[in-house]
Amino acid sequence: MKARVTVTLKSGILDPQGKAIEGALKSLGVDGVTSVRQGKVFDIEIAGSDKARAEAALKDAADKLLANTVIENYRVEVLS
Amino acid sequence: MKSAILVFPGINRERDMARALKLASGHEPAMVWHAETALPNGTDLVVVPGGFSYGDYLRCGAIAARAPVMDAVRDFAAGGGLVLGVCNGFQILCEAGLLPGVLMRNARLKFICHDVHLRVERSDTPFTRGYNAGQVIRVPVAHGEGNYEADEETLKRLEGDGRVLYRYCSAAGVVDEQSNINGAAASIAGIVNDRGNVLGMMPHPENHVEDIMGCTDGRGLFAGLVAHLEKAA
Repeated sequence: MKARVTVTLKSGILDPQGKAIEGALKSLGVDGVTSVRQGKVFDIEIAGSDKARAEAALKDAADKLLANTVIENYRVEVLS
Repeated sequence: MKSAILVFPGINRERDMARALKLASGHEPAMVWHAETALPNGTDLVVVPGGFSYGDYLRCGAIAARAPVMDAVRDFAAGGGLVLGVCNGFQILCEAGLLPGVLMRNARLKFICHDVHLRVERSDTPFTRGYNAGQVIRVPVAHGEGNYEADEETLKRLEGDGRVLYRYCSAAGVVDEQSNINGAAASIAGIVNDRGNVLGMMPHPENHVEDIMGCTDGRGLFAGLVAHLEKAA
């Protein structure tokens, strides 16, 4: 199965990289950008066909390693 | 003082640390590979050195924090053993849950590599007894992610319990925005855990221990550790 874990900074956490990207987009003249927050996407292949089990495993992966839950949130999706 | 230095792929300050520890204690530290599951018998001090473990992949220190040797370090710390993490070592200890909070990207986004001044906040700990409270020392920093952050409650607890041992300051010892090189909360450069036996700090005291380095202000930290352990023995 294909799955995706998306890790984003919690709101209120300062994101200097996102700010720099936001500034660059503005200087490129990209229209209407008011805010950028940078995050991470993990595309993961997972064995078996049990969706609930895969979700549990991905949550485990995010809690143990993929996200630092002090500053980050994560979202788990089993895509197919 | 028998010390053990952890070695992860991508670490590059372990030999500086070994030299400083040998100078202070007279004993050659053991180098402990990350895949080990135990520390050498009779270890008094575990040091997590600086560098770029695993190329800073994922998050600084994240992968090293999950290495097999870290379980042994966790047990060692739980038993009251002294643990010192410098720079990447501080990041690793935070990621391993041995210290609260996180080291974020420097507020001004630049890698900072120069000497800074630190104010020693108290002298009654194993990690600061070589100094006087309020003393200002000069040591180098070299990091891109040293901006210490934690939730408000954690910060309140750190301050209330006197767990901030080192703070960025001016040469005169004034803690202000200008001397807070990386934007760290409350100008925090180094903190200890609630039990006071695990210290994490961004600056490199091991790089200011010999006359040839132009400054020996870092010596006090190592001399203090040696004195503490001798007294305990």
